[in-house]
Amino acid sequence: MQKDMLLDFKAEKVVTALKEGKRLDARKVDEYRELKIEKDIYQNAEGSAKVTLGNTEVIAGVKFLLGTPYPDMPNEGTISTGMELIPLASPYFESGPPSTASIEISRVIDRGIRESKAVDFEKLCVKQGEFVFIGFIDMYAINHDGNLFDAGSIAALAALTEAKVPKVEDEKIVKGEYSGKLKLKRKPLLSTFSKIGNTMILDSTLLEETAAQARFSVATTEDNFVSAFQKGLSGSIKKDDVDNAIDVAFKTAKEIRKKL
Amino acid sequence: MATEKEEKKVYVNKKGLRLDGRKIDETRPIKITAGVLKNAKGSCYLEWGQNKVLVSVQGPREALPKHTANPLKALLKFTYRMAAFSVPDRKNPKPGRRDIEISKVCGEALEKSVFLEKYPNSQIEVWAQILDSNAGSRAAALTAASVALADAGIPMKDLVTSVAVGRADGKIIVDLNKDEEDAPDAVDMPIALMSNSKEIVLLQMDGLFSKKEFDEAFEVAVKSIEGIKKLQIKALKEKYESKEFEQASKLSEKALPKQPSNLLEKDLPKQKVDQKTGQKKEEKKAEVQ
Repeated sequence: MQKDMLLDFKAEKVVTALKEGKRLDARKVDEYRELKIEKDIYQNAEGSAKVTLGNTEVIAGVKFLLGTPYPDMPNEGTISTGMELIPLASPYFESGPPSTASIEISRVIDRGIRESKAVDFEKLCVKQGEFVFIGFIDMYAINHDGNLFDAGSIAALAALTEAKVPKVEDEKIVKGEYSGKLKLKRKPLLSTFSKIGNTMILDSTLLEETAAQARFSVATTEDNFVSAFQKGLSGSIKKDDVDNAIDVAFKTAKEIRKKL
Repeated sequence: MATEKEEKKVYVNKKGLRLDGRKIDETRPIKITAGVLKNAKGSCYLEWGQNKVLVSVQGPREALPKHTANPLKALLKFTYRMAAFSVPDRKNPKPGRRDIEISKVCGEALEKSVFLEKYPNSQIEVWAQILDSNAGSRAAALTAASVALADAGIPMKDLVTSVAVGRADGKIIVDLNKDEEDAPDAVDMPIALMSNSKEIVLLQMDGLFSKKEFDEAFEVAVKSIEGIKKLQIKALKEKYESKEFEQASKLSEKALPKQPSNLLEKDLPKQKVDQKTGQKKEEKKAEVQ
């Protein structure tokens, strides 16, 4: 990925301001940008959503396909989550095979959903040992201004909450007909922090991400569980940072869930 | 059938012992050997229960491709690779998304521990080859990689030590094996610390944890890491106290100082003389011709 050298210079401003506890856009350290969620916007998808988080935009679509189950879990369907960082979203995203960054985002969002057991995989079983549904959650970054982790996580969950499960006849999916909505058991959401100096800030802009030494994501559920962690970048964090992040994550996710 | 059996499994019995007889805060046996590869700048072989991993360190050397070079610090390139035979079903040798993610987070975890700013425009390559695995292979790879970096003589702030903690059947346990990782309520949380400063350089988790359980698991991990770090230090000391190392360093003592002293004291004057005599010889030759 190419890098904008100017960003590095601008990032110094972020660091200076944060020493006085201030962010360049006047947000508090634990404040989200303005969030807009649009659901059911693409007709060919079984569920879809677009999330606008400040200047960051991510879209997500869900498609169900029939597949064979894993031999050790014959009565369970599964999900597959992917985020593509396409050149639409940033001059620094290149076409080609998925970058390391996109693989990490995809896997962290996947982990939050999968491990919270939000989707009942047994309900995705069509015929034990032979046919199960695989729910593909595909996300695309449309505009990158930081925190694609959270924007993607909200988009994925919003698309899943709207998703309709296709009807199956003669072991084939009937196009355009549905057996009902996918029921979610939990609503896991990711909250991502950047560590700049000794401060952890929530929902970083691209500029703030440029200044960050470390990144930390927490997935939380409405019933007070954490379902995924991911520390990224070369800096380190302390136990206190993690504790603080978990607290803020519970509060933030609660607010976001109201908008879903 | 299989699921019924799994539900009956007792992950921690009344005596507080686990499926393989370990206590809840006991890791599997860990064996670390530093300096095992002849063609690497630094290396480490680590056995952690059934996990077996070989790590090599090459460099610091010129960062390639050149446009990736950072004029302020060295790049640390970490590769986590599983041998095709290292898992119960043959693994496709092509790196998957899991391998790529592990390589990324482990590399980032090591970066903080190394004085990368000492080597601008360079890269340090760390390759962790998993030869056999049974849960916890990234902790094994990372722990071994830090030893290999130290073995390569690369200046570091602290060793990075890693362990996975988690939960099976409601109990917080350290260093889960595959059976425990497959428990219905399993949580897996790999952690790596620079233990002197208690800095967290790697933290991942999957499963459902309450805040209280996380705190408990974190404490168990910190304690466990103290023990593992002693083994890392022991492995490095053993290498420098070994006969092979003594012999090798004696050989290099004999070989190395001679070269500079020869150059400074004997070679340089000799060379001047040689140059003069060489010139004279040439002149003589010219006369003869």
